[in-house]
Amino acid sequence: MINSRFFNRSELIGFIALAAILFVILPLSLDVFRLNLVAKYLTYAFVAIGLVLCWGYGGILSLGQGVFFGLGGYCMAMFLKLEASSVENTKIQSTPGIPDFMDWNQITSLPLFWQPFHSLTFTIAAIILVPGLFALIIGTAMFKRRVGGTYFAIITQAVAAILTILIVGQQGYTGGINGMTDLRTLKGWDIRPDHAKIILYFVEVVLLFACIGIAQFIRLTKLGRILVAMREQEDRVRFSGYSVANFKIFAFCMAAVFAAIGGAMFALNVGFMSPSFVGIVPSIEMVIYTAVGGRMSIFGAVWGSLLVNFAKTGLSESFPQLWLFGLGALFIAVVLAFPNGLSGIWADYVQPRIDRLLASRKSKSGTPWADNSVADGAPAE
Amino acid sequence: MFGDYSIGDLGSIFVMQGFAGLILFSVYVLMALGLAIIFGQMGVINMAHGEFMILGAYVTWMTSNFFQAFLPSLFSGYFFLAMILAFLASGALGMLVEWALIRHLYKRPLDTLLATWGLSLMLQQAYRSIFGAREVGVDLPQWMLGSLKVTDSIEVPINGVFVMGLTVLITVVVAYVLYKSRWGRQVRAVVQNRIMAGAVGINTEKVDRYTFGLGCGIAGIAGSAFTMIGSTGPTSGQLYIVDTFLVVVFGGAASLLGTIASAFSISQTQSTLEFFMSGSMAKVLTLLAVVGILMLRPQGLFALKVRK
Repeated sequence: MINSRFFNRSELIGFIALAAILFVILPLSLDVFRLNLVAKYLTYAFVAIGLVLCWGYGGILSLGQGVFFGLGGYCMAMFLKLEASSVENTKIQSTPGIPDFMDWNQITSLPLFWQPFHSLTFTIAAIILVPGLFALIIGTAMFKRRVGGTYFAIITQAVAAILTILIVGQQGYTGGINGMTDLRTLKGWDIRPDHAKIILYFVEVVLLFACIGIAQFIRLTKLGRILVAMREQEDRVRFSGYSVANFKIFAFCMAAVFAAIGGAMFALNVGFMSPSFVGIVPSIEMVIYTAVGGRMSIFGAVWGSLLVNFAKTGLSESFPQLWLFGLGALFIAVVLAFPNGLSGIWADYVQPRIDRLLASRKSKSGTPWADNSVADGAPAE
Repeated sequence: MFGDYSIGDLGSIFVMQGFAGLILFSVYVLMALGLAIIFGQMGVINMAHGEFMILGAYVTWMTSNFFQAFLPSLFSGYFFLAMILAFLASGALGMLVEWALIRHLYKRPLDTLLATWGLSLMLQQAYRSIFGAREVGVDLPQWMLGSLKVTDSIEVPINGVFVMGLTVLITVVVAYVLYKSRWGRQVRAVVQNRIMAGAVGINTEKVDRYTFGLGCGIAGIAGSAFTMIGSTGPTSGQLYIVDTFLVVVFGGAASLLGTIASAFSISQTQSTLEFFMSGSMAKVLTLLAVVGILMLRPQGLFALKVRK
């Protein structure tokens, strides 16, 4: 049965629950510091949603999502840094009007590639286009030559390593290992005080739901079905006359753009950007959030990002020794025992019980919908 | 760029940079050999490979401490025992990991990557808890210190020469085992056609376990050799893992000769470039070149022709 509605019943419940928690419960129950932490964790949820599309559905495992997260974040941070380095703010420097790290590295004028980042419009376009085009180039080069699977994973990982080394090495142009710190205002609006953090949180959640909507839309169209078909039997899809490479490139580019939006929101919410969010380790961690949440579930990706990060903060605050053991064991357990992550556990163990409970209650009262609701609630994957 | 140096100086610089590249080459080859066996032959992405290497390094460090404390008279020869112990320790751990983890995941190669990444985190934390977060260095025996004077302006360090000799020896042994021994034939048979290999009576599970163990054991020897030229910390293994994967992929997985050729070209490019620019830019350019070539020639330098 093909479901023509945008969300089936269990997805609708998931959507309402997530919306209630993110829009109402968390803002009401957490102080601004904790809410800002949630905002930071949610930036990874963007990446995780992208990974659901490209890894869960398309079967392309990218270990370089940190690259796109970083590109988006650095684009945003460059704009904010330029605004924070106005001539009045930087008059103690030997060259006023350029970012402080350039001054420390004896650079006396703003490099050419920094110039356009004075404009917010250009910055927003760059946040989407730079990672998108980069993904397009990598994707075209790789998928047109039918490179996939483990090779693709290793090459994306190498790209992540290259970008990190480049950012750390070119201290004068990128801020080096410390990254771009001391970001202050967005078009004159201070992003640091509490009320700004709350507004930014809501902006981020709205964007997150927009991305969830886009991902869900892609999933439901024919495109989403071809992605799944391709993951299962690539050759059959190719022999049916579809250009497999183009679909893969599309999924990879979408994942890159989602990751870049997450990165840009990271720079805004957290107030800095550094290479430690670009390299191999953060890239793999982002894959882990997706795996824990369930690689086939868009909502699961959001939950995975939130829960793993909460666990990380909680455990590493109280038991720094145990944290890495716990994280390592979690990965192994998820991969070995629960390949579909939390959403798989939900669909396999919790959902059938709820359905049975509802079905038995409805059949007692004699509702004619009982059969239909069971068929509807059954996990689609 | 060359203005300040005479021709003779330049020659010496190239020789010495080339030699520095050769030491890097040795480390790459030792690490990549183990990985080429595991990734190339079995298709398993072992992200914990660096941690197996560091295990070998810590075993060497403990052996050297033991000899210093209890058998100072035999200290000059401790390294040979340490290498064997490192091989056995890493190999045993590798076989344990294969039995507990990897064998369940042969059909899902991308998932082995995640699981072994989890394993590498746990091992790193274990090293940190047991050996401390600080890097440890091994005291070299007297005969390994100092350098050989080849000409007036060219000097090569003895420990580097030793590591290179070791690399040649291990490579020859691995090549012999894989291509000449009965067991190596079984490994290659399993790689080429698992079902047929099983049908003619090869115990494929056992072959898998020993192959993984051998790959990890060689990583242990690589770690042992690594202590000769650098210090060891809980996260040192992570620094080399991406480079090593690139070496294996660039050489063409499943090709021993390709692995050696690609390790040679990558390390020589990097160390030669390092003389002209900062270390980080040299590395960026080298990796970019490798990734670029891989995009044009995805099967790597030496591709094995197999029917899929």
